[in-house]
Amino acid sequence: MTLIDHLPVFLIAIPILASLLILVAGWWDRRFCYPISLVTILSQFGAAVIILAQVMREGTVRYYLGGWAPPLGIELAIDSFNGFILATILLLSVATVIYARKSVEHEIGPEKTIAFYVLFQLLVTGLVGMTITGDIFNLYVFLEISSIAAYALIASARKPRSYLASFNYLILGSIAGGFILIGTGNLYAATGALNMLDIARLLPASFELATVHAGFLFLVIGYSIKAAFFPLHIWLPDAYAESPSAVTILISTVMSKVSVYALFRIIFTIFTTAYIVDVFPVTGFILFIATVAMIAGAVIAIAQSDLKRMLAYSSISQIGYIMFALGVANQIALEGGILHILGHAVMKGCLFMVAGLIIYRVGTSRLSDLGGIAKVMPISCAAFALAGASMIGIPPTIGFMSKYYLVLGALEAGHWVYAAILLLGSLLAVGYIWRFIEIAYFRDGHDGGSGARTLEAPASMLAPMVALALLCLLLGIFVEGLMEIVGPAASLLLGGA
Amino acid sequence: MIGSFYELFFARYNYWMAIILMLIGLYALIAKQNLVKKLIGLNIFQTAIFLFYISLGEVRGGTAPIYLPEGVDALYVNPLPHVLILTAIVVGVSVTAVGLSLIVRIHEEYGVIDEAELLQELRRR
Amino acid sequence: MRRNVIIKTVSRFLVPFIQVYALYVIVHGALGAGGGFQGGVVFAASFILMIIAFGLTCVRERFNYKWIVMLSALGITIYATIGLLCLIPGGNYLEYGSIEALLGIPHLHGYLIDAVEIGIGITVMATMTSIIYDMGDTGGESS
Repeated sequence: MTLIDHLPVFLIAIPILASLLILVAGWWDRRFCYPISLVTILSQFGAAVIILAQVMREGTVRYYLGGWAPPLGIELAIDSFNGFILATILLLSVATVIYARKSVEHEIGPEKTIAFYVLFQLLVTGLVGMTITGDIFNLYVFLEISSIAAYALIASARKPRSYLASFNYLILGSIAGGFILIGTGNLYAATGALNMLDIARLLPASFELATVHAGFLFLVIGYSIKAAFFPLHIWLPDAYAESPSAVTILISTVMSKVSVYALFRIIFTIFTTAYIVDVFPVTGFILFIATVAMIAGAVIAIAQSDLKRMLAYSSISQIGYIMFALGVANQIALEGGILHILGHAVMKGCLFMVAGLIIYRVGTSRLSDLGGIAKVMPISCAAFALAGASMIGIPPTIGFMSKYYLVLGALEAGHWVYAAILLLGSLLAVGYIWRFIEIAYFRDGHDGGSGARTLEAPASMLAPMVALALLCLLLGIFVEGLMEIVGPAASLLLGGA
Repeated sequence: MIGSFYELFFARYNYWMAIILMLIGLYALIAKQNLVKKLIGLNIFQTAIFLFYISLGEVRGGTAPIYLPEGVDALYVNPLPHVLILTAIVVGVSVTAVGLSLIVRIHEEYGVIDEAELLQELRRR
Repeated sequence: MRRNVIIKTVSRFLVPFIQVYALYVIVHGALGAGGGFQGGVVFAASFILMIIAFGLTCVRERFNYKWIVMLSALGITIYATIGLLCLIPGGNYLEYGSIEALLGIPHLHGYLIDAVEIGIGITVMATMTSIIYDMGDTGGESS
């Protein structure tokens, strides 16, 4: 066994040690926190890339904790699907931690930076754990680790409203956690197994049991609350709008994506398509709700008067696109959905970074106060335009590619009405993206008097934002390379090799 | 008729108890205005789930799953759900701690912990 | 709160027994019903009893916040280090058998499990106590 074989466990064990190191080193000097955090997340990202390469070369990587094989022990299993998600979330975490440095000093206050980095590290660790575990109960435990860290991080904005947002999220998140726990218990009662592959193998024998149906519904509803799938989204706008910018970026890009990943994993790997299509047909219902989410999220986003809140509602709409793939459930649509997980993470990360920069410099994110902001923050607004173009789905951005595959998949399955609604949803995205562009570029306000003064933020905040904006474009142009990972991942979900 | 009724309710009374407790907790979460009472509701909700798990592992006439000396045959209860619930209890404690400290902060900021009054307070600012 | 001599005397008498019982539960993790979580909570309960009887400030003087954070870090470090040590002989994470085979000491895995349980116990104890400290801290008049 070489060191490479142990990479999966390093992904979880090292960051937990690092979070303690941050805690202890922070006492000596607060400036140690950021480098330790950066190095840890960078090395996690490196490890994720190595693992993904290994998965693409040799197939699924399995790691048995304590050397106990699955029916008894807990395994970490990484295949092409969660390897892809793992690389995505760690890429976004790297961008966020670079961005966070200045933004944290500004919004949270220097005396709380230690706590911020510790919680940040724990949140990322919990999400990484959720992604790579092969055990359904472990999924719940890591979910709760990341949720508790997220509750504390949202409250760390130290604004009165953020406490309330965090409390509401805590209540709903705990109900979701409870539902997930019951669902897990139902599956355990029906099969006597906790390993995902074991459950998948044993479950067909008891597909008709009411226990299994109840477990399915509990799990799907629980993870839907966590992923803010449309009617269960009410915690999301407050939580995104009231938390510090760095936290918003992390939970909007990484955390919601991991919950969606868990939903995909449970529906496709554990219950398999045979269950959701033949035994307990829910795909049509999910498809319907997903389209409602797309439209409703976008319409409410257009009505918002605050930039961050607008982007938060846009997230609800975009989650609808990803769930659309789940509802169509064929190869092409799933490729589109998985691509959209990456694409939405990158573009929404960039958009929230712009919102954070505006708050950093102007001190508000009310749209009415931002007239002519493009004259003083040209780079940020250009990045917003690029990421916004991707959000709308203008070729050749990544947003276009994922929607293209989604529409193709829907057409192949014969859902041409839904495909039309999806395109209508993209049209609505123009509504809210253009609103900011119009205010920023064509309205007066910020150029009067100040003349040549520029309000651009420090380079450490600009760099990750610009990088993500360019990624929106580059990923769309070089989508062929991505499809070599996404294609196998989609066929893996559908039960192929 | 009576037999199936018995089968549905009394033979599985442990699950019914868990469900009733769970619904009491959910009711408190939704209907109570006081934030602390909401948190108490959350705890009842979680406890119901713990009971559900623990009764899953029960085997009639089983003993605690401790390895007995050789030659002694024993029927053990299933220890796995108990171990799982131990983890879930720890999670519940942490959530309660975070929730209570948030309530303390809310009380410091607004001076109230009642949801209706809190909304009034929010509207006034 | 009015100081009550009965509460003080009884808790002074009880605390050592609670702590010994907690240690018993922790070291029984390897072979019987017990373990770090339960033992750690029982240990923390002894501190909570002391806080109720003698007041927060009195307990904090002897066992201050810095110690608690250090202890919680120490506990997890013990756990993770033993887990990582198992990689050296070529085993998986937390595969105690690999160290036992390398060193040739019989029943070593039992001792290693005990060590891991002690680590967990320390962390749980420290964390539970710190929760009580933080809660008591912000609640205004509470000594």
